[in-house]
Amino acid sequence: MSHRCGKKNLAVHGVLLLALVAACLVSLLAGAVPLPADDVWHSGILRLRLARTLLGVVAGAGLSAAGVIFQAILRNPLAEPYVLGVSSGAGLGAALAMVLGLGAAGAWTLPATAFAGALGTILLVYALARTPAGAAPVQTLLLSGVVVSAVLGSILMFVVSVAPAEKLHGIVWWLLGNLQIFDWGLLRIVSAVVAAGLAVSVLFARDLNLMALGEEPAVHLGLDVEWTKKLFFLLASLMTGATVAACGLIGFVGLIVPHTVRLVAGPDHRRLVPASALAGGAFLVSADSVARTIIAPREVPIGVITAILGGPFFLGLLRRRKASYRD
Amino acid sequence: MLSLQNISAGYAGRPVLQNVAMDIAAGEFVGLIGPNGSGKTTLLRVISGVLPAWQGEVWLGGRKLREMGRRNVARIVAHLLQECALGLAFSVREVVLMGRSPHLPRFGRETERDFALVASAMDLANVSHIADRPITEISGGERQRAFIAMCLAQEPRVLLLDEPTSHLDIGHQLSILNLLRNLNRRARMTVVAVFHDLNLAAEYCDRLVLLDRGRVVAAGTPVNVLTAEMILGVYGVSVLVGRNPLSGGPHIVLAPGGCPGIGHESAIPRHN
Repeated sequence: MSHRCGKKNLAVHGVLLLALVAACLVSLLAGAVPLPADDVWHSGILRLRLARTLLGVVAGAGLSAAGVIFQAILRNPLAEPYVLGVSSGAGLGAALAMVLGLGAAGAWTLPATAFAGALGTILLVYALARTPAGAAPVQTLLLSGVVVSAVLGSILMFVVSVAPAEKLHGIVWWLLGNLQIFDWGLLRIVSAVVAAGLAVSVLFARDLNLMALGEEPAVHLGLDVEWTKKLFFLLASLMTGATVAACGLIGFVGLIVPHTVRLVAGPDHRRLVPASALAGGAFLVSADSVARTIIAPREVPIGVITAILGGPFFLGLLRRRKASYRD
Repeated sequence: MLSLQNISAGYAGRPVLQNVAMDIAAGEFVGLIGPNGSGKTTLLRVISGVLPAWQGEVWLGGRKLREMGRRNVARIVAHLLQECALGLAFSVREVVLMGRSPHLPRFGRETERDFALVASAMDLANVSHIADRPITEISGGERQRAFIAMCLAQEPRVLLLDEPTSHLDIGHQLSILNLLRNLNRRARMTVVAVFHDLNLAAEYCDRLVLLDRGRVVAAGTPVNVLTAEMILGVYGVSVLVGRNPLSGGPHIVLAPGGCPGIGHESAIPRHN
């Protein structure tokens, strides 16, 4: 039994790793400008594409893992950073830092403010949905997420509207979601945060299984539920914040990827978290290859592509949930 | 094994249990009965430590429950909920394996011993043949047996069950109750279960505790607790208490619409 599990792990993760490598290769080769045959490295094109591909891997992995975490902790298949408003909160934090010119203080300011926005949002949404008895019913939680997201979105629009003209184009383009990155320092920070967040999530993945069972059954199995919720809200906010700081609002990745991966890897989070991270990287890198080439030489914001794929996906899940759940 | 001293408990300022006291010896099979809202589920939650008591103390194996820590309690007490809404398609085997959680080292993996215990728990609960089926795609009776297997994999000395058979047909009801009786008699597992069906409670329990509006109104053997006067007083229903010809235990016969000869309609108090 344990043996068979090990083999299945290896097979699923091996295939996803291959897919990730293939997606990265395609991303490095594809683009509006062909790679020069000689002196590939010094042309700068490859370096830019490398940064972009790396960011795609990191962002896809971070958003997918955050989606898996929210779905398990909130016991709702529709939970995801974008849907819960956590992405909007992170976006607001980073946008404020940009407009106020805090970015000059160091590459870490954007991820830090985005993280603060993300954590603040999930805590607010959770506090709004929480009943006096201490539980947070899943339906009210999603509803508060939608409302908080709408309010934060409006504040975000206001912040953008008062942004100085010379910053406006950059901020808008960032908000739409894209993987262009010019700051290697930011890329390094974001990569480190997501890698650390993933590592801790994998370490505690068994607790996510118990949380998926329900809070009370998890308590009966000896889990410290309140501590576990705090830990994973923190991890998901860190990964979402870092990702949003670097590439803006990219929606639905945390929905599409975990659900698809569950079909092959099953629901065990010890397998699902790493598998979703690999698949998320491959998915976002591939989506970016499409975004760069579909109307070349112009570019489609990657957030547009994930939303066009993710919207119908969300509605499909909602329909299925309506059909199979009594609540 | 279990001792409750003057327990008062409730939710958000609304008291549910008042001054409840009882002792449960190791190896007993105890049934909690009473009308809806009488506090049966709340009492079970206090015993498992999920709901802290406002007043009083729960003793588990000679130690104060609230000082034990969740993992230590989970190694001794398993709790089967009335309904467990698991939306993710874990296989039956994966769910049963979760029962091993309180015994696993913090970051360790399951050992061969854990898998062996899971296999025997699934055998006992009769779910081995569906071990690899998703828990979301099996029948209600099978799901209940799967969660019982999860509780058994926990190797508990005390098993708490909240209406373990309420949504099942009579075949599944009896198979689960027979399983519980076997565990209770052969493995000396202490069983505390909430029952709605008084006849099933009478057949399977050594002792019944009758709750009414958060208080214990009767406790003792089924014959002593299930009297027509007691049921009229607590449930507001006139019944005939006879004998089960097969087992000799007390058997309650309901009177639809208040049959003549059992009690006069005017004698039945209106229950509010």
